[in-house]
This record gives sequence, structure tokens and C-alpha cells, in this order.
Amino acid sequence: MIEARGLSKRFHDKKRGEIRAVDNVSFTCQPGKIYGLLGANGAGKTTTLRMLATILEPTDGTAIVSGYDVVEQPDKVRANVGFLSTATALYRRLTAQEFVEYFGRLNGLDEPTLKRRVDAIFSRLDMNGFRDRRCDKLSTGMIQKTSIARTLVHDPPVMIFDEPTNGLDIMSARTITAFIRECRDNGKTVIFSTHIMSEVEKLCDTIGIIQSGKLLVEGSLPQLRDKYAEHELEEIFVKVVTPHYVSQEAN
Amino acid sequence: MSLRNVSIVYKKELTEALRDRRTVISTILVPLLLFPVLSVGFGSLAIALVGKAKEETPKVMLRGGEDSPVVVEGLKKLDKIEIVPETPDWKDQIINKEIRAAVEIPPGFQADVAGQKSDTLKIYNYEGELKSEFASDKVEKYLKDYSDTVVKDRLAAKNLPVAVLKPFEFKRENVAPPEKVSGAAFGGIIGYMVILLCMTGAMYPAMDLTAGEKERGTMETILSSPISRMHLVLGKFFLILTAALGTAALSVLSMGVSFSVLGHYTSQSAGGREAAAGMILKLGPKTVASVFLMALPVAVLFSATLMTIALFAKTYKEAQSYLTPMTFVVIIPAIAAMLPGVELTPKLALIPILNVSLLCKELVAGTYHWNYIGIIFLSTSVYAAAALFIAIKMFQRESVLFRS
Repeated sequence: MIEARGLSKRFHDKKRGEIRAVDNVSFTCQPGKIYGLLGANGAGKTTTLRMLATILEPTDGTAIVSGYDVVEQPDKVRANVGFLSTATALYRRLTAQEFVEYFGRLNGLDEPTLKRRVDAIFSRLDMNGFRDRRCDKLSTGMIQKTSIARTLVHDPPVMIFDEPTNGLDIMSARTITAFIRECRDNGKTVIFSTHIMSEVEKLCDTIGIIQSGKLLVEGSLPQLRDKYAEHELEEIFVKVVTPHYVSQEAN
Repeated sequence: MSLRNVSIVYKKELTEALRDRRTVISTILVPLLLFPVLSVGFGSLAIALVGKAKEETPKVMLRGGEDSPVVVEGLKKLDKIEIVPETPDWKDQIINKEIRAAVEIPPGFQADVAGQKSDTLKIYNYEGELKSEFASDKVEKYLKDYSDTVVKDRLAAKNLPVAVLKPFEFKRENVAPPEKVSGAAFGGIIGYMVILLCMTGAMYPAMDLTAGEKERGTMETILSSPISRMHLVLGKFFLILTAALGTAALSVLSMGVSFSVLGHYTSQSAGGREAAAGMILKLGPKTVASVFLMALPVAVLFSATLMTIALFAKTYKEAQSYLTPMTFVVIIPAIAAMLPGVELTPKLALIPILNVSLLCKELVAGTYHWNYIGIIFLSTSVYAAAALFIAIKMFQRESVLFRS
């Protein structure tokens, strides 16, 4: 489970002064459910997810991830999280197997367990054909699978996906979305950010719309449809975001 | 602190480094090839060129001397010198290397010598030009011998012994063993090379493991793993340190082999014995061990400093532009230590790099100033620890890791 409590992140910029990238955001993600964080570029999605993954430290507020506090116990949080984004690249000079094993060891797995897990994951994801190939020689699809294998190697109960399909072709994107569904079906807590409406419609049990660092609205797709009297998520999104977008532009 | 985690990161970084062409070139190939190329290549080339210059028969022009046949005949009889007749453009000929020197004999020189009147003969040459110097040396030696003969004849004519003009003899004699002599001559260079190569060895991995990781997008991947940032930075630091020390070790090894090959080569070539005796550098295991012990905190200092600076960069190229000026920061004190007369003082013993450079000079010469060794090791260790501490702190700063 993920429970964000008043998460905030401020940055200082020499030209623009203080920037509130995330402003007092609270939400809950349940196990066996997918929470979709929907927002435009620069809305605060990546910063929120990076705080949940303890890559960034919140300026205010906190989050409890799988029972651990992101501020107090960041190492324990990371041991319970699988984090995947298009920015999480592979070590090009390692083979696919070495790469996954490296992260298994960093997650504290002993060698027999690691071998068992790696063998199982490589078979399940059909990766045995390229397990000894260096990551810089892998195709996009193979890279995606290797990244997925990395997030799964320690079998974390929480999965965080930051725009995981960004820039991918349709086939690679489908591999990722299928994987996200599988995580949910296996009872994991899943949160993922995107600006692609169709992905949210297909995948998410709960949707949170974020703009200018603020979580503006939250609910299931049917709830949002009722509330805004619109069927298409895109129309709902525009209705929610436009007033804030205009005020942001004016500022 | 978990050594297991540090060692996991270290092993992975080592695997990657050994697969990176740039790191292998800077850490292994450059130190292995630099000294053979520099010493054997340039050394044997220099010896060959000097030998060739000595073998050449230089042309020396005589100016005047028509009324002084003795000295003219003496010069003409000299081995390996060709006396050419006077022409008005003699200066240009020397400058253009058509002739190597000119000797000006003043009018009435022979008569003046007979009449015990002192004259000045002039030797014109091209200063700094090797072949011209050789020709002038030969002429000068002949004139000195001739002058001595004249003195002896004059003394003999007056029935006076030669000792009248030479009441006593004096002689210089070296008491330092050969390794100390060569140490004094080459010690500065050893320290300089070890320090410089420690730095170049550390430079590429330092950039690759920080800015390179940011550029390739793996920084976020590794930061999402449970490893603490301190373990991560220590694993990376030990790899950079290995590269720095590996480069220095290989360079000293290659230097030792190169010097012995060069010594062997020169002792076999005619007239090269003296040069060989001066150039062979004897490095005992004790010297090598002490140089390395002193290089250790310097390598730690370089590894941590370079890693911290490179961490600020977003790309490999940006890191290169930050680290290249660092080479000068290191070269200047290292060169200063090679200047003649610069020796260890308590104040200089506190200046990083310069102190170790100066100490290496002493160590290679076999002199162990234990109080300086203590001060230098301690002070450099303090600087190194401070640099490592800053590196660990920088790895905790989001503004550095995610600089945009």
C-alpha cells in the first residue's frame, strides 16, 4: 500500500525563485489496484513518484510505502519498491543477466535465491535468448524486458511506473502495459504516471489528476464521468485542468 | 557500513571498467607504453644522434694565421677536423651550418708566443648546436694542449719544474652510491610521473562513473535500488582508486623495464658506457614500496576530488571540461618539485602534491626523513579524507545528482 500524506517538494531556481513542484499532495493506493497519476508535462508527476521511490526527499509531508516511511526509512522503502521509468536505463557494458543479478544482489538476495529468481523471471519473460548479450546490443523490446526483470528480481509488493511507455513503439508499450496488469493481478500495489489518456482508461482503477503540483481531483473513471458529465477522459481532464492551467499561464 | 554492498558496487564497476575501451587505454595501455616509447625510443634515438654527430668530420675555418705555421699545422693535423680556407661570409656559414666553427689567429701570433707576449685566439661557434659544440671542443682542447706545451718549454728553458705553476693537485670524487646518484637525477621525475599517472588513471573512471552514469540515464536506476548512497559512492571511489594506483603501478613497472633495456642497449653501443651508468635507475623493492605508500593518500585525494568535480557535470563532455584544468593544478606543484634546489621544509611538507613529489625524490635516492614522511603522510591523508567526505556529501545532494 502507498499512503501519501501532504507530500510537498520545493526547488530553488536562481531565475524563477522558489518552485513548488509538488504541493501538499495526499492519496492512497491499495494493493491489487492500479492508481493512475494523470497530468501534463511539468505537472509534478515525476517528482511525486521520485519522492515515493525515495530518489528525492520531500520538503514537507511524507508517504508510507509498504509500511515504511519514505523520510525515516528510505532504504527499507526502496527494498519494497520496483521503480520503472523511461529514464531508468540499463548498464550498457553488462549483459542482461549481469544487470538483473546486480540489482538482485543490491536488494540483498543470497546467491541461490538470486539464481532461482533470475532463472524464473528470464523464462517467464522469454529472455533466455539474450541473457548473455550486452545491454548495448539489445533491441528496444529486449531493453524493456530487462528493465522489467530488474524491477521484479526482488519481488517487491509495490510497483511505481513513471511514464513507462514514453517514446516507445506500440509493441514495446504493450509489453509494459501487460506487465502493469500482471502486477495488479498478482496483488501488488501499482501507481503509474502518464499523460496518455487511453492508457489510463484501459488500466487504472483510480485516477488522480495533477496540475501545477496539486492533486486536483481523484476517483474511479465512472465517478469522474458522473462528476463532470463527460464520457471521454480527455474532456474530463481538460475541464479539470483548464482553470488552473490559465492561472498558471497568467502567473 | 556494509562491506558486502560496497564490494557488490565495486565488482560491477570493475567489470564495466574493464569493458570500457577508454578506461583500459588510460589505465593500462598508456602507462605500459608511455615509458618504453619515451625512454627506449627517445633515449636510443638521442644516443644514436649524438654518436652520429661525434662521428662527423666538422669543417673549421681558419682566419689569419699565415705568419703562425706551427698552430696552423697543429690544427690541420687534428683527427676528424677539416680545415677550410677563409671566406668573408664565415659567420653566415656557421649560422647556416655549412661550417661548424671558425678559429681566428691574430697577426704575429707565433712571434708573440716566442716573445712571451699574450694574445687572444677566438673560436667562433653556434652555441647550443651539437655539432658546432663538438668542433669547438676539439679546437679548444688542441689550443689548451698547445698552451700547456708552451708553458712547459718556457719552464724547461729556465730550469724550473712544472710544479712551480701547479703547486698542488685537486680532484673531485663521488662518494654517493650509484643508486643515490641516479636517484638524485631521476627521483624528481619518478615522483612527477607517479603523481601525474595516478591522476590520469583516475580521470576517466571518475568521469565515467558519475557524469557518464547521468548521461546514460543509469543514475536514476541505481538510486532506486536499496543501496545507501554512501555505499554507492564508496564502491565507485574504490574503483577509481584502483585505476589510479593501477596506472601508477604499471607505469613504475614499465619504467623499470624500460630503464634496464635502455641501460643494456647503451652499454653495448660504443662510447655509451658512461651514459648508461648515469641513466640506469636502480629501484629496490623498498624504494618502490615507499613510493607507493606515499602515493596512496595522493591517489585517494585525486580519486575523491575528481569524482566530486565530475559529479557536478551532466555529461561526459562537460566533466572533461571541468577536469582538464585540474591537470595543470597537479602538474605545477609536481614540476616545482623537480626544480633544482627545491628541498623539503616543514612548510612545503604541508602543500599537497608538492610534498609527495619532493619526498619521492628523496625516497628514490634512498634517503628516509622519517619526520617528513610522517608529516606528509598524515597531512595528505587528512586532505584525502576531507575530499572523500565531500564526495559522500555531494552524493546526498539532489541538486548535484539531478542538476538540470
